[in-house]
Amino acid sequence: MKPGRRAARLVALAMLGCLLFNYPVLALFNRPATLLGVPLLYAWIFGAWAVLIVLMARVVERDD
Amino acid sequence: MLQGWVIVVTSFAYLGLLFAIAYFADARADRGRPVVASPYVYSLSLAVYATAWTFYGSVGRAAADGVGFLPIYIGPTLMIALWWIVLRKMLRISKRNRITSLADFVASRYGKSALLGGVVTIIAVIGIVPYISLQLKAISSSFTILVQYPEIVMPARIGAAPLLQDTALWVALILALFTIAFGTRHLDAAEHHPGMVAAIAFESLVKLLAFVAVGAFVTWGIYDGFGHVFARAAAVPKLAPLLTPLEGVAGGYAGWVWLTVLSMLAIMFLPRQFQVAVIENVDESHLKKAIWVFPAYMLAINVFVLPIAFGGRLHFPAGDVDADTFVLTLPMVEQQELLALLVFIGGLSAATGMVIVETIALSTMVCNDLLMPVLLRLRRLRLAERPDLTGLLLGIRRGAIVLIVLLGYLYFRLAGEAYALVSIGLISFAAVAQFAPAVLGGIFWRGATRLGALAGLLAGFAVWLYTLLLPALARSSWLPLSFLLDGPFGIELLKPLALFGLTGLDQITHAMIWSMLANVGLYVGVSLASAPSAAERRQASVFVDVFRHEAGGAGFWRGTASARDLQQVLARFIGAAAADAALRDYARSRGIAWPDEALVADAEFVHFVETQLAGAIGASSARIMIASAVKEEALTPDEVGAILDEASQVVVYSHRLEQKSRELELATAELRAANDRLKELDRLKDDFISTVTHELRTPLTSIRAFSEILLADPEVDLAERVKFLGIITRETERLTRLINQVLDMAKISSGRADWQMTRVDVREVVDDALGRMSQVFKERGVALVAELPPRTPPVLADVDRLIQVLLNLLSNALKFSPEGRGRVEVMLRVQPSALRVDVRDNGPGVRRQDLPYVFDKFWQAGDSLIAKPPGTGLGLHISRQIVEHFGGRLWVESEEGAGACFAFTLPLAGERTAAQAAPGFDLAQGRAGG
Repeated sequence: MKPGRRAARLVALAMLGCLLFNYPVLALFNRPATLLGVPLLYAWIFGAWAVLIVLMARVVERDD
Repeated sequence: MLQGWVIVVTSFAYLGLLFAIAYFADARADRGRPVVASPYVYSLSLAVYATAWTFYGSVGRAAADGVGFLPIYIGPTLMIALWWIVLRKMLRISKRNRITSLADFVASRYGKSALLGGVVTIIAVIGIVPYISLQLKAISSSFTILVQYPEIVMPARIGAAPLLQDTALWVALILALFTIAFGTRHLDAAEHHPGMVAAIAFESLVKLLAFVAVGAFVTWGIYDGFGHVFARAAAVPKLAPLLTPLEGVAGGYAGWVWLTVLSMLAIMFLPRQFQVAVIENVDESHLKKAIWVFPAYMLAINVFVLPIAFGGRLHFPAGDVDADTFVLTLPMVEQQELLALLVFIGGLSAATGMVIVETIALSTMVCNDLLMPVLLRLRRLRLAERPDLTGLLLGIRRGAIVLIVLLGYLYFRLAGEAYALVSIGLISFAAVAQFAPAVLGGIFWRGATRLGALAGLLAGFAVWLYTLLLPALARSSWLPLSFLLDGPFGIELLKPLALFGLTGLDQITHAMIWSMLANVGLYVGVSLASAPSAAERRQASVFVDVFRHEAGGAGFWRGTASARDLQQVLARFIGAAAADAALRDYARSRGIAWPDEALVADAEFVHFVETQLAGAIGASSARIMIASAVKEEALTPDEVGAILDEASQVVVYSHRLEQKSRELELATAELRAANDRLKELDRLKDDFISTVTHELRTPLTSIRAFSEILLADPEVDLAERVKFLGIITRETERLTRLINQVLDMAKISSGRADWQMTRVDVREVVDDALGRMSQVFKERGVALVAELPPRTPPVLADVDRLIQVLLNLLSNALKFSPEGRGRVEVMLRVQPSALRVDVRDNGPGVRRQDLPYVFDKFWQAGDSLIAKPPGTGLGLHISRQIVEHFGGRLWVESEEGAGACFAFTLPLAGERTAAQAAPGFDLAQGRAGG
């Protein structure tokens, strides 16, 4: 992958992260509900965090 | 089982293991197969970010407000996504300039400014001291708690121990010794510590393992999985708010955002992070792996924070157990002695890892960027003349390590008890965040100046001191508490926790807003207002354009030095053997058989020595050393010119190329024009031939017709016969005339005509011509009037040709004059530089639309198809060529119905230029005109 393209994708992921872990998206999950027994907010933060890391790994490790 | 001696022995055994790993890694590196060559080791060493603060403090914070600990790890994850742009650039810059620390980086960027390096060092040391004290506190607290097993007693209850029995002091001293053994065994020119990095990577594994072990024990050992913990917590009213916790986060959403930003900056600018991420990096491509492995590590170490926090709150509902200790006290209360010991070792590894790397980074800064520049400048010490300075360098660093750790202990005694772990750590985060504008601005903004960076750093640091550090000291009653509550001297607006009346924010957000405002504002403002020096401009270009410049810039140095002096300077700082090795590498790269052949102390060599030195003592100290070892001369205007010349050479080449291509275009256009002209010539030649043959055929046809009549019919009577023969004779004459004229024209055009140029009296020639024509005029009843001056100056001409022109014009005038009342006037006048001859008739004149064509070959007045006037149509054309050959001009003036006037001029002899000696085949079809 061209360095410029990789950089652009990573910047996009950083911006996506800023969006996911901020008001107002965060406030949507601040409710007294649970997902598989885990409070919704915690489930969301850890889930989104894991997805973000997987995406980052895919972007940097792709060699095409 | 958990007696004091067991814990102490286990701890030392663990430290010994670390040392063995470091020793083994160093040995492998010396054999050329370094452990640090793995991207996973690099990624794990980055996890030095997770300190005792993470290990114990995250749970403490989670137990207080639920999610408040997460921005500290989510922020770095977001920042790491940007590392491909930011950190990769910093790596490249640091490699190329042999940067040894964060202070060195900043100093080097702004013109190798020793002052700036010193300021960064001081800010870093003061800012990091609370963080180090936090590690000491964590180790000593966890030790104190663990020794009480099976009781659970908080250290605060035991009270402050006398100095010599204080665990924290012993921990500090042991850590200092351990760091010295790790980081300053020998001096490395590249400031690489492969052994330390390997040990840190191992510590990262240990603390992760310990934390996950205790987390798994709490989640599945004490409770029945995640859902069970949360369900139990939800049943307790006091814990319910922690399940929808966002409102409870300190400072609300603003606090959340600022904490994220703060952590984003901390992951870049904590001295220990800079040390492992930039200085210790051996391969830029390791970044790829680190970009996802390190965030994954942070995620993994945080997964069990919440179960442990809720488990602790459920287990110790009375609140008499400090939440910061839940990680340790939960296994203890469950009688898991081994697990408790493992947790202690995990905490120990988190704390030692941080202290080791942080103090090594800080001691390098203190030595290279604070003390050495000062010591080298003090002439009384005569440092520059000492044969070997490696011992002094190592001594300074060791002293700095002990000093920094003891400062951390001092802070611990002064202020440590008043704060939870998290708050202490955040104070340090806010301090190092002050480096962000100078560093990030420095690598992307060419216009940033030394003064701007200095002003921004000092202002940001001052605000940090006022809004974070002083309140921390005030709370520990080392300053009067009224300072916090009423402001200094009772001035409300200056209250450190509500500066200028800004309230409603938590302390960190408040401090960050004001310090960043001051820092960024002054950095940008002063940079824009001040002009950078030449050195700053050069370094700005080296940093900002690091991916564009491939070679180091050595061309700007000029001075005299001996290679031997430089070698000695190098040997003094990095040791004789290392200096020899470095010079051998250099000589090999230049193709010199050193030491048999001498090295030339040219700009490149001096630059090489300076970078080598910079690797050992930092950019600003290296600058000072080089300046003392060589006589630097200011660049003369000529040399500056030469440097500029070199740079502008490329511009010149490009200009030349452009010019060439323009010339090429021009030549192409000319060629195209010439080609068009040739085609036109070809067409004209064809036209000419077809016209000539047409003109020849007309008389031939009539001659042939009449000859055939005479031949076919012998009975034709005499009168008819005479008439026919007369026609044949006239047509033959016409044919002859035509052929003569064509030959004539061809001769003149090709320049082969025979010109007898003599000085001619035009008056005589005109007289002669009039005489020859007078009879014909009389026969046609046309008056011929001449107006000739008595004398005319001579002209240079061929008499026969001149007569030919005059006869032609006269017969032409006669041809168009009405019979009986016609009148032709001939006028000869002397002009300043020429003679002018007019031949005017009173015939029908030339039609306006015909004027341009009168002198064309075979042009004849009237419609040639209906009434063809006698004549060949070549006379005027030939006349014009003759006149032009004499250097004159022939033209016609006419108005329809008012006669025509053909006029020509001849330059006076002696006035005529030689230019028109041989006009070519006239294709311009000269226009008639006045």
